[in-house]
Amino acid sequence: MHSKSKPFNGSVRRRFLQNLLAIPAAVMLANASLPAYADSANSTGLAVTDKTVKVGILHSVTGTMAISETGSVQAEKLAIEQINAMGGVLGRKIEFIQEDGASDWPTFAEKSKKLLINDKVAAVFGCWTSASRKAVLPIFEQYNGMLYYPTFYEGLEQSPNVIYTGQEATQQILAGIDWVVKEKGAKSFFLLGSDYIWPRTSNKIARKHIDKLGLKVSGEEYYPLGHTQFNSVINKIKLKKPDVIFASVVGGSNVAFYKQLKAAGIDMTKEKPLVLTISVTEDEILGIGGENIEGAYASMKYFQSLTNDNNKNFVKAFKERWGKDIVIGDVTQAAYLGPWLWKAAVEKAGSFDIDKVRAASPGIELKTAPEGYVRVHENHHLWSKTRIGNAQADGQYKIVYETKDLIEPDPFPAGYK
Amino acid sequence: MTKIKDFIGRYQLSHLLILAVILLVVMPLAMDIFRLNLVGKYLTYAFVALGLVLCWGYGGILSLGQGVFFGLGGYCMAMFLKLEASSPEHTAIQSTPGIPDFMDWNQLTALPWFWEPFHSFGFTLLAVVLVPALFAFIIGVAMFKRRVSGVYFAIITQAIAAILTILIIGQQGYTGGVNGITDLRTLNGWDIRTDSAKYILYFINAFLLIGCLIAARYIIKSKLGRLLVAMREREDRVRFSGYDVSSFKIFIYCVAAVFSAIGGAMFTLQVGFMSPSFVGIVPSIEMVIFCAVGGRLSILGAVYGTLLVNWAKTSFSESFPELWLFAMGALFIGVVMAFPNGLAGLYQTYVEPRLQRFRKPAPVASQSQVVSLEAGKTATTTNSADKEYSHAGNQ
Amino acid sequence: MFADYTMTELTSIFAMQGFAGLILFSVFVLMALGLAIIFGQMGVINMAHGEFMILGAYVTYLTSTLFAEYLPSIYGSYFFIAMIFAFIVTAALGALVEWAIIRHLYKRPLDTLLATWGLSLILQQLYRSVFGAREVGVTLPDWLMGSYALNDSIEIPINGLFVMGLTIVITVGVALMMQKSRLGKQTRAVVQNRPMAAAVGINTEKVDRMTFALGCGIAGIAGSAFTMIGSTGPTSGQLYIVDTFLVVVFGGASSLIGTVASAFTISQAQSTMEFFLSGSTAKVLTLLTVVGILMLRPQGLFSLKIRR
Repeated sequence: MHSKSKPFNGSVRRRFLQNLLAIPAAVMLANASLPAYADSANSTGLAVTDKTVKVGILHSVTGTMAISETGSVQAEKLAIEQINAMGGVLGRKIEFIQEDGASDWPTFAEKSKKLLINDKVAAVFGCWTSASRKAVLPIFEQYNGMLYYPTFYEGLEQSPNVIYTGQEATQQILAGIDWVVKEKGAKSFFLLGSDYIWPRTSNKIARKHIDKLGLKVSGEEYYPLGHTQFNSVINKIKLKKPDVIFASVVGGSNVAFYKQLKAAGIDMTKEKPLVLTISVTEDEILGIGGENIEGAYASMKYFQSLTNDNNKNFVKAFKERWGKDIVIGDVTQAAYLGPWLWKAAVEKAGSFDIDKVRAASPGIELKTAPEGYVRVHENHHLWSKTRIGNAQADGQYKIVYETKDLIEPDPFPAGYK
Repeated sequence: MTKIKDFIGRYQLSHLLILAVILLVVMPLAMDIFRLNLVGKYLTYAFVALGLVLCWGYGGILSLGQGVFFGLGGYCMAMFLKLEASSPEHTAIQSTPGIPDFMDWNQLTALPWFWEPFHSFGFTLLAVVLVPALFAFIIGVAMFKRRVSGVYFAIITQAIAAILTILIIGQQGYTGGVNGITDLRTLNGWDIRTDSAKYILYFINAFLLIGCLIAARYIIKSKLGRLLVAMREREDRVRFSGYDVSSFKIFIYCVAAVFSAIGGAMFTLQVGFMSPSFVGIVPSIEMVIFCAVGGRLSILGAVYGTLLVNWAKTSFSESFPELWLFAMGALFIGVVMAFPNGLAGLYQTYVEPRLQRFRKPAPVASQSQVVSLEAGKTATTTNSADKEYSHAGNQ
Repeated sequence: MFADYTMTELTSIFAMQGFAGLILFSVFVLMALGLAIIFGQMGVINMAHGEFMILGAYVTYLTSTLFAEYLPSIYGSYFFIAMIFAFIVTAALGALVEWAIIRHLYKRPLDTLLATWGLSLILQQLYRSVFGAREVGVTLPDWLMGSYALNDSIEIPINGLFVMGLTIVITVGVALMMQKSRLGKQTRAVVQNRPMAAAVGINTEKVDRMTFALGCGIAGIAGSAFTMIGSTGPTSGQLYIVDTFLVVVFGGASSLIGTVASAFTISQAQSTMEFFLSGSTAKVLTLLTVVGILMLRPQGLFSLKIRR
């Protein structure tokens, strides 16, 4: 944890003392120290000076979600540092204020309010779970903030105040199912997920698509978040003999599921049944252990093993900054896009004003994205390719397929409107 | 006025007045609306801590599932607000306009029957109080009539919290699942997200809290309060004296549940959403800790304790996001080991004797003396009380 | 639902399902044994039990890295040594915690709940600072990860067998120790009547410390074994705490046989229901049944009858 020494720097300690002394005084001091520049680059009183611009990073660094969100924090900090090294945004260096959502949705809401009202940040990079995004969304809409949200998610949402840098469900799922049907001749599917909105919505989209292809869903099961005993469902899978296990199990349950699957004698490299996951990135494999998931397929937009030059540079920079053993997953890369997309939109708009940045956002391209080329759609999601990776024993994915074209984001697929 | 003084107790009245001034005058003047809204949110937890003072501190019933009642109250209010926010005009893009958005995502095509009554504000207000009270009554009858007590009760309530969380998350078509019920906008047409609404809600919240404090004080001063302490100390003797111990326990448990539910409903109004993360085990235990920090025998301590812990949590996590758990953990251990009576205990030991010097000898006993008299013991009340817990726990 | 399958398939599935139930049973017993000693015998509500288990898991992780680095030749057997280390480290921490915190709180059992909750927060953050917020992957020796094919359709997971064996060894060991050994007899004496035990010359403070350390040590071994089936991260311990307490309480807190019996009942109920219903529903129904029975029989399945 290289960021461990961070909390002790001078400005943070000063802020703590202020809080200790008197919250109201601290608030007044903070407001007083932020002269509002009513020029064209900032006509709405954001925390922008001639030299600097403040942004927020809002993720969980404590609690159960810290496991997943750490990578996103690292990616966002790296992107900000790189942008600053290139001269910043509109000539201003980016300063970030990091807040801890503590894996607790009301805390996310509270901290996002603080970032928007007290700190007047020009953009926030953050949130991971859908629940945390839903908690902060009304606040971003009310106080007109800009959130860059990195996680692949269930869709069914399109806010003027959010740019979704991960994939929505149809982008991730449809290409994956088409691929197993075409390449592996899959005829029947067993849908398994953790019990919350993302797996349930994803499985609904998957089921609809499977029905459309005239194939069979042989089972659909959900287990509570954090569940660690999967032997019963594995027996059920053995009984139903599906061609594909379509898995959207998350968090600690992932580790238990794949270890028990392997121990029950299901060798994923034999692909009988084939495991297709939409929730296991390289980050999760670290906890599961490469040898326990070898042979499974994952459908997402980014894998660390991508060989284009952008990605090579990104992986190199990331390892230099955060340690050579670190791995980079889909969400980490999507989080890295956030600051860059924001920079591009600000420069196109010539202003930090939220409304101008929003107006400038659709159509923004990023040719330097590690995943290749992305473009912001009018619906605030990204056009992106979907790839299929095959998990290797060393914890990396070998990319076996990539969609030819960018897939259009479709957050409200037909039948869900 | 004398009557009120007798009713509340002289020092209690002055302490209550001080708290009222702090909540109603000092805080609104000293803080901007963002911080004040935060304080308002913390104060909703104080309702739960207050309920715990009654049922844990006085009644000796430790519930690790108060989040259940906080959540039930909050969900009742959230259902009403969500229905109002889901008018057919607002939800025109859905395949079934007029039902909450998460139902539409889950392919529900009609409003479930138990949502229907929540179109009515009057029914909602009743439900906020009655649903948790009924739930607490059922749990109370099932447990106390069978003399489940002490640690067993604590762990069963914990399991109930776990069950309800899994249920709410699992039935996402009806409850909003893990996301909870979000994006609440108006209350009978009044926009609750504006600054002025937040001020008003803060004051309503503060007045309700003070009302609950007075009610709690009334219960403690009444014969019921004395019986509770007696039951905590020697349950069998109270039973042999001819009292039906379980009814008193059920009653106080229901009161605690209603307080929590009011807190939950105010939380929903002030924060603008409700989620299952308040129903679970972690928030329930945290609320016990607010109560312990304030002093489990002090109804005012519950408010101060809640404010202190939450303020510490907020400022620690703003300044040292990666270290605040250390500080919180140390705070809990420290309070339990060094100050078992919490802030109120500190106040009574160190501050009050100094204040007494400046006052005439008081005709009405101060709170510490009342407690001691009632418990029939001196400053070691809690220690002896807890000995009884251990008996209860090992029965 | 069974119409589509042949008799042989059904037989083998039921055999497998029975085995899954037995694995779940072993897991429950391992989780609960340490707590049965700490909570059942001593009355301490140890909310940090899960964190002690995860400490065992982290020790296993460290041992595996150590062996991979320095002793790759005997890597296959590291797991046994890791379990011994896990026991020693968690027992030592347990003794330290008992000395620093718990011994001051024996007269206030509900306060141990708050103090150990604080302790669990501190331990979680400690793991996060030392090992990072991400889960660590514990590499297991190959011989543990396979499965043993009885016939075409019945496959027995070896780690399941291992957990079951370990459970039997530890349960028998603890039972023998409580019944036969000097420490066990002293512990029971102290639990039943502290002043009397002290009066006949038992060093009650030392007995308390040893008992608490033993309970924590067993949690450590359990955590070590769970690296085979679960995750190892700073907050993984919290996943176990409710189940663990329910098993102990359901069994009748002061009875070790009760703990085993209740683990058996709950695990069989849960794994049967998981097979016929979906996962979440099964979990809710299991918990509801347990709570329901506890309301009817608050003292648990087996209770020690002592006059007080």
